[in-house]
Amino acid sequence: MNWQLALPEIFLSCSAMAILMYGVFARPERSFVMSSMLAVGALLLTAMLVLSGTPGVGYNGLFTVDAYSHFAKLLILVAVGLGVVMSLDYAEHANMQRFEFPILMLLAAVGMMLMVSATSLMTLYLGLELMSLSIYVLAAFARDERRSAEAGLKYFVLGALASGLLLYGVSLVYGFSGSMSFAEIGRAMADPKTASPGLTVGIVFIVAGLAFKVSAVPFHMWTPDVYEGAPTPVTAFMGTAPKVAAIVLLVRLLSDPFGALLGQWQQLIVLVSIASMALGSLAAIGQRNIKRLMAYSSIGHMGYALIGLAAGTGAGVRGVLIYMLTYVFMNAGTFACIIAMRRQGRNVEGVSDLSGLGRTDPAMALAIAIFMFSMAGIPPFSGFWGKYFIFTAAVQQGMWLLAVIGVLTSVIGAFYYIRIIKVMYFDEPAPAFDPRPASLSFVVGASGLFTTFFFLFPAPVVAAAEAAAKVLFR
Amino acid sequence: MLFATAVFAPLLGSLVALLFGKQIGDRAAQAVTIICMILAAICGTSAFVSLVYGGGAPGVVTLATWVSSGDFSVTWALRYDTLSAVMVAMITFIATLIHIYSVGYMGHEPHGSVWRFFSYLSLFTFAMLMLVTADNLLQLFFGWEGVGLASYLLIGYWYHKPSACAAAIKAFVVNRIGDLGFALGIALIFVVFGSITFDAIFAGVSQHQNDSYSVLGGTFRAYEVIGVLLFIGAMGKSAQLGLHVWLPDAMEGPTPVSALIHAATMVTAGVFLMARMSPVLEYAPHAMAFVTFVGASTALFAATVGVVQNDIKRIIAYSTCSQLGYMFVAAGVGAYQASVFHLLTHAFFKALLFLGAGSVIHAMSDEQDIRKMGGIWKKIPLTYTMMWIGSLALAGVFPFAGFFSKDAVLEAAFASHGGFAQYGFWCGILAAFLTAFYSWRLLILTFHGAPRADKHTMDHVHESPLVMTVPLMLLAAGAVLTGFTFAPQLLGEHWQHFWGAAIHNGPNNHVMHDMHEVPGWVVALPAVVGLSGIALAYIIYMGMPALPAQLAERFGGVYRFLLNKWYFDELYDRIFVRPTMALARGLWQVGDATIIDGIPNGVASLTAQGAGRVVKVQTGSIAHYAFAMLIGVVVLVSLYLIIR
Repeated sequence: MNWQLALPEIFLSCSAMAILMYGVFARPERSFVMSSMLAVGALLLTAMLVLSGTPGVGYNGLFTVDAYSHFAKLLILVAVGLGVVMSLDYAEHANMQRFEFPILMLLAAVGMMLMVSATSLMTLYLGLELMSLSIYVLAAFARDERRSAEAGLKYFVLGALASGLLLYGVSLVYGFSGSMSFAEIGRAMADPKTASPGLTVGIVFIVAGLAFKVSAVPFHMWTPDVYEGAPTPVTAFMGTAPKVAAIVLLVRLLSDPFGALLGQWQQLIVLVSIASMALGSLAAIGQRNIKRLMAYSSIGHMGYALIGLAAGTGAGVRGVLIYMLTYVFMNAGTFACIIAMRRQGRNVEGVSDLSGLGRTDPAMALAIAIFMFSMAGIPPFSGFWGKYFIFTAAVQQGMWLLAVIGVLTSVIGAFYYIRIIKVMYFDEPAPAFDPRPASLSFVVGASGLFTTFFFLFPAPVVAAAEAAAKVLFR
Repeated sequence: MLFATAVFAPLLGSLVALLFGKQIGDRAAQAVTIICMILAAICGTSAFVSLVYGGGAPGVVTLATWVSSGDFSVTWALRYDTLSAVMVAMITFIATLIHIYSVGYMGHEPHGSVWRFFSYLSLFTFAMLMLVTADNLLQLFFGWEGVGLASYLLIGYWYHKPSACAAAIKAFVVNRIGDLGFALGIALIFVVFGSITFDAIFAGVSQHQNDSYSVLGGTFRAYEVIGVLLFIGAMGKSAQLGLHVWLPDAMEGPTPVSALIHAATMVTAGVFLMARMSPVLEYAPHAMAFVTFVGASTALFAATVGVVQNDIKRIIAYSTCSQLGYMFVAAGVGAYQASVFHLLTHAFFKALLFLGAGSVIHAMSDEQDIRKMGGIWKKIPLTYTMMWIGSLALAGVFPFAGFFSKDAVLEAAFASHGGFAQYGFWCGILAAFLTAFYSWRLLILTFHGAPRADKHTMDHVHESPLVMTVPLMLLAAGAVLTGFTFAPQLLGEHWQHFWGAAIHNGPNNHVMHDMHEVPGWVVALPAVVGLSGIALAYIIYMGMPALPAQLAERFGGVYRFLLNKWYFDELYDRIFVRPTMALARGLWQVGDATIIDGIPNGVASLTAQGAGRVVKVQTGSIAHYAFAMLIGVVVLVSLYLIIR
């Protein structure tokens, strides 16, 4: 048995335990910063272990390492790392500098890594729950604040419902195919004609459970409330890594074991995708709170990513991976800017608070402008290329309607992104924000550079995504 | 190296003034641009002298690759031969004087804005130098458009004056028409020759003699089409009949601009183009006949209009237009050397006249109407003398510069037998008479007679400062000297030695020789009509000042016809401007405001309403959310089962 396959996950779990021990015994006033640093270090080492790992299937087929999981894991680790760095400063101001915070993030990361390596419904559920439970706690981490507590509770109750749906689906699939393993299920469904309706109902339930995690319509209702209520670094975290893990898992599940039923689930995904894009772009228009706005924006973005899945080809999967990569950086950068919106020690979240930022803080305004242009899909920023690969894949499959709707909704979406730029540059200046801490400047700078200059060196990313997609569509 | 310095020094001056003008202030900007111009003038003149007298070799200074795409490749390169060296020397010299003059002329401008003027002026000089030193048609076109831009900026320098803005736009738009022809000409040259580098074109002239090109439903020799297209470009830039309407209006710009751009240099670019392309044009006889015809008509037309104008600068502008016509007559009959010679002398005496007029305007507190002048010659004797010298040169009186060059043009026209050439000759003679007449009309009305300005203005009449009069004197020296010093070299026995390979005369073109063997009366006639023009002006305006008004009344129709410039502006307004405006207004109000704006606005309001509805679902209640999820699952399962 090849246990080393899961070495990164094992290492990360052990690190989380070790940091926990450290946190318990260290002096309280510095335990938070130290454990955050240690967490970043653990993430870096894990990333190196991932890079040096070799492909293979282990643990009786429960766990698989391949190029696809590699790509996703690295992206997840980067996203978690950015999340930890972003929370450093916020925690200090929001009085939530407890050492459990980075540890929960690490455990969530372990869960996500399990998810993307899962080749069995059991591992899938295990990873998903590990991730979700960590995030429920994180969402309610500012426990003195009503909004945070409410967000955590809401997310937990609805998440439990989604888990229930997912589990019900898993049981149906198991019941009709006789196995938990993806390979076995795939064999049972090799012929779409003989697949029983129970099985397909099971698929819908599993899709619903995962769609909840990626906040796709109609399972998105929690997103705006939870995004708004949760502490901002947690929102940033929820908006990046878990989305990557869930969508990567969804793609693997639908194209590997359920690949033979493409013709049936395709319509489902198209529907969800269109609904998400439309809702994401329409509902964001009326938002005044920038975190809520970002919630709708992320719903829309997931809709675009699902186009790639709906295409059901290698090019589509490649598009999804590139899209998620660009999305992580744009989103992390934007949220770092949102965390930096602080006046006299109090965080502000209104779009109008950005008024005149172009004059009071030109660097931050420029960064936000770059992220907004990128999210709107305006070249040459990375967001454009993400959309480009997605739409190309759809067009190659003759899914014109989907591509056209995607372009139309991104035009509508461009309205609220660009309105933020207008507010920053053309409105009367509001009072300046407090000085920005170095940790946030780092995240903003790194994401901004990536977003701006992605078009100069897309080749390695595209090649890696291509290799990852080949695992699913040979 | 000298040559490249001469070309790029003005660019440096312009950039420094443009980028840092606000910080370093007007004085420093003036100093920088003038120093760069003096450097350019020294280098330009030395390059000319070393090429023509010092035995330097002509050549091409390659600077960088510009475009390299498939078969099409263009480099930035300076062509160093007699034609370009003459032009560079003349342009840098006159531009330097005009920069210096402008220091005085723009002295009354509000501080903190004059750097802009000097930057534009240097930018113009650079573009003009690029134009004349170009090694290929694309670079020439770059300079061509560059001078157009600088001209636009300078005409509209006083942008708070609506008339200046209108004039700037008019100049730009009319030039666009010519430029379209020019651009098409370049394209056709590329199609025919496969290259737009001069060396490659000239080397291929004999191979493509019989190429034909179909256009407008007929098939013509390609060279003829090229010739006509290039000449259309030249017509726009050099204000030839039909596309001349912008030049008089361009006088809205400051007077030094009129002197530099709209007299000495830019407007002669078309003439230069004809000379530069002589190897091709020599084989396009019909196109050249067209050039002669338009040039001759312009010479006469502009002279008739000049006779009745009252704005001192407009009179000189029409005279410029008319003299450009002369140059095209010479080019059209194959005497490119004579046309470039006239270009050269004209640059001096016309710049002199404009700057002199500027000095008068300066003295008369910005008055430009000669009916409101008079009686000031004793108060500004130096300017008066300079205007005399300029007018004598313009009228072609011996031994002033214009005598030599205008005679050369007319002799060449006479010597080149053919209907169009004869038409050119007689138009030229008639125009010479009118030129002398309106020049003295201008002189007498401006300087002599009873003062017609109010007392306040008359009290202020003063000679201009040295910074303005010294350039005047230098230009006057040029207006006197350039004629008899250069005539023997440019047109005399050894003209071939002087020009080298810069200008090509075809094997059947003997006009350079024949022009020296015309009958005696042809040589004498221009001088005679010139002197009689002067005499007539004297008699009418000095002797009987009441006569002009009576004549104007008696021949009211003719007078108004001339005063309104043959109604060209009105005609164009009716035919082109108003229908275009009406169409544009229609497209704007119906096409754009109603249809194109209407659709997105409608969609936007629909979207906004939709957004409002979508958000209403978001109640915040967990029960509602859970319900929505379950409904979602039910819908998806049902759909899935149906699709299946």
